[in-house]
Amino acid sequence: MDSSTIEFIQQLINGLSLGATYALIALGYTMVFGVLRFINFAHGDILMLGSFAGFYCGPWLTAFTRKLAGNPDPARDLTGIQEWVGPWESLLGLALVLVVVMSACAVFGMLVEFLCYRPLRNRPRITVLITAIGVSLFIESMGQFLFGAAPRFFPELISDRSIDFSAHGEQWAGLTLLRSQVLTILVTGVLLIALTLLVKRTKIGMAMRALAFNPTACALMGVNVSLIVSFTFGLGSALGGAAGILSSIERPSIDPLMGVLFGLKAFVAAVLGGIGNLAGAVLGGLLIGVIEIMVVAYGPATYRDAVAFAVLIVILLLRPSGLLGRNVREKV
Amino acid sequence: MREFERTKIVLLVTIALVALLAFVCNRSPEFLQSRIYDILLGIGISIILAEGLNLVNGYTGQFSLGHAGFMAVGAFLGSAMSLGIAFPYLDGPTWAGAGWTVIFKVLQQGFAWLVNAFFWLHNGIIALSSGAPGWAKFLIALIYGGATAALSGLLVGVPSLRLKGDYLAIVTLGFNEIIRVIIQNAEPLGAQRGLTGVPSNTNFFWVFAFAALTIYVVHNLVHSTYGRGFLSVRDDEIAAESMGINTTKYKVLAFVVGAAFAGVAGTLFAHQKQYINPESFNFIRSVDIVVMVILGGMGNTVGVCIAAVLLTILPEILRDVAKLEWLPIWLREVAENRMIIYSLILIILMLARPQGLFGGWGKKKGAA
Repeated sequence: MDSSTIEFIQQLINGLSLGATYALIALGYTMVFGVLRFINFAHGDILMLGSFAGFYCGPWLTAFTRKLAGNPDPARDLTGIQEWVGPWESLLGLALVLVVVMSACAVFGMLVEFLCYRPLRNRPRITVLITAIGVSLFIESMGQFLFGAAPRFFPELISDRSIDFSAHGEQWAGLTLLRSQVLTILVTGVLLIALTLLVKRTKIGMAMRALAFNPTACALMGVNVSLIVSFTFGLGSALGGAAGILSSIERPSIDPLMGVLFGLKAFVAAVLGGIGNLAGAVLGGLLIGVIEIMVVAYGPATYRDAVAFAVLIVILLLRPSGLLGRNVREKV
Repeated sequence: MREFERTKIVLLVTIALVALLAFVCNRSPEFLQSRIYDILLGIGISIILAEGLNLVNGYTGQFSLGHAGFMAVGAFLGSAMSLGIAFPYLDGPTWAGAGWTVIFKVLQQGFAWLVNAFFWLHNGIIALSSGAPGWAKFLIALIYGGATAALSGLLVGVPSLRLKGDYLAIVTLGFNEIIRVIIQNAEPLGAQRGLTGVPSNTNFFWVFAFAALTIYVVHNLVHSTYGRGFLSVRDDEIAAESMGINTTKYKVLAFVVGAAFAGVAGTLFAHQKQYINPESFNFIRSVDIVVMVILGGMGNTVGVCIAAVLLTILPEILRDVAKLEWLPIWLREVAENRMIIYSLILIILMLARPQGLFGGWGKKKGAA
């Protein structure tokens, strides 16, 4: 394989791992939109909170698991699957951090829903929209107040290093794959499977789908709407928190405003895939990630942050219901 | 008809009063240097911005979150006019060896022609106005800033106003970002460094004359046939459409007028601060303007005016509060970060009083 092909594959992998993060956030937008028909502006900031939760509890939890494993040498040579994903005790640590952060974010998301959105359930949409913008700004400015506005360095939760590809054959020379990228894609995959099972196979998942389909009929059938909405917020926020951890492992500089651009791009991803559609959110996330990285690699890199919006405008003009969305007629 | 006559008289009297006040102010150089004078100019600029946005968000019911983008267009192009910055023309594509990529090259050529036509106009106006006296040059810059912002409003509005509610908010926010990124990449406009040395032309007269003009135009527009169109779009778009109202036309018109005033405000802002940076026209500034409109009550000219005054003074007061040494340190830090207070205002207002602080004031029953 020539160097330009390797370069392309490299950028594709970078794009996919960035896109996996977008996909996780986009799922939160899509799920909340499905049950409440509004865009939770504050969702991107949940990612920021997840990152900071990881920043504070991460070192502590990883030290705990390392101690549990008898403090093995972190620089030791690894073989087999561990070469790809890191030593098992750091995997355990990462899992622990993910569980803690996801629960914290879930609780926070439910709290926001309970305090700010629930009292506005039957108000005009613009009122809810303004509140959501207000909540988003509040989380960001409180973040600046509590954590400081300067960027922080995210602790190393897994021993991140590039995987040596030349050992697997001459033709792979020049390709570098980071353990964090493998882990991001893997963890996202696992979470997606778990989410799909939850939505398709459990009773509460059925209630969520019913609520998205017809809220009034759903309430008449005895579904506790408030409970389901709360659960959906929790689920979405948990995924946002996970995205915060995964994105910070790869790009360790975190600051209180990091959620803004992530949130906006993930929103574009949700719209691109068709808002309200879970598979669409994942597809959109991966596409946005790949497009963004490709623009940085092959196009005008300074336009990186504008690309997602250009995609949004094009998709809204050509196919407003998104790639996988159904066209819904407005009834009077 | 009689109402128009009356408002016209009010406008003329206001402008005469402003001119008189400006004349009195100019007698006292200490006052021109003072912080109060600076704040007063800021208030006038805020009123222009907020009333322009009120036409879009309040009267027409289209939630735009990108007003700072149009302000940036006005600020940078108006300053370019004052500073006499001409744009170098774009080159077309190289046609040699074009295979199937010829489609892209044709598009590129068309784009270059369009942009060059605009550059030709820009450079032409600079050349024509080079000998004009200072005040005329500034007036040209103001009108030019407003016109270019209106043009960008048209370009943004035509595609994005097909959307509603949340989508429109995010798309306008996206355009705000795109405008900012384009300016950050425009080398003649100083790219990331911004423009320095903009002449200090903004004074009491220009700011408040334009503020009065904004209120006059918005008031008259809303009380005209067009105003009925705006309100019908806001109240029920589907019903309006089925009565034969061209809703797109009214939405785009409101958007363009709002953008034009934002452009004028941007030019005034640039000539007040004498230094502009693309970073200062970000999302946060758009939110500032939106908060003014919401606090005043959407679609309430008087309320929005009061809110613009209050919210321009508030950060200054907070800055003073942050300096008080006897206050606990955390309270001073909160005061320094005005966004905490703004966001709380938004949330509490929406929960407790969604019609705005002054909503319901100055409105006749059954009227707009």
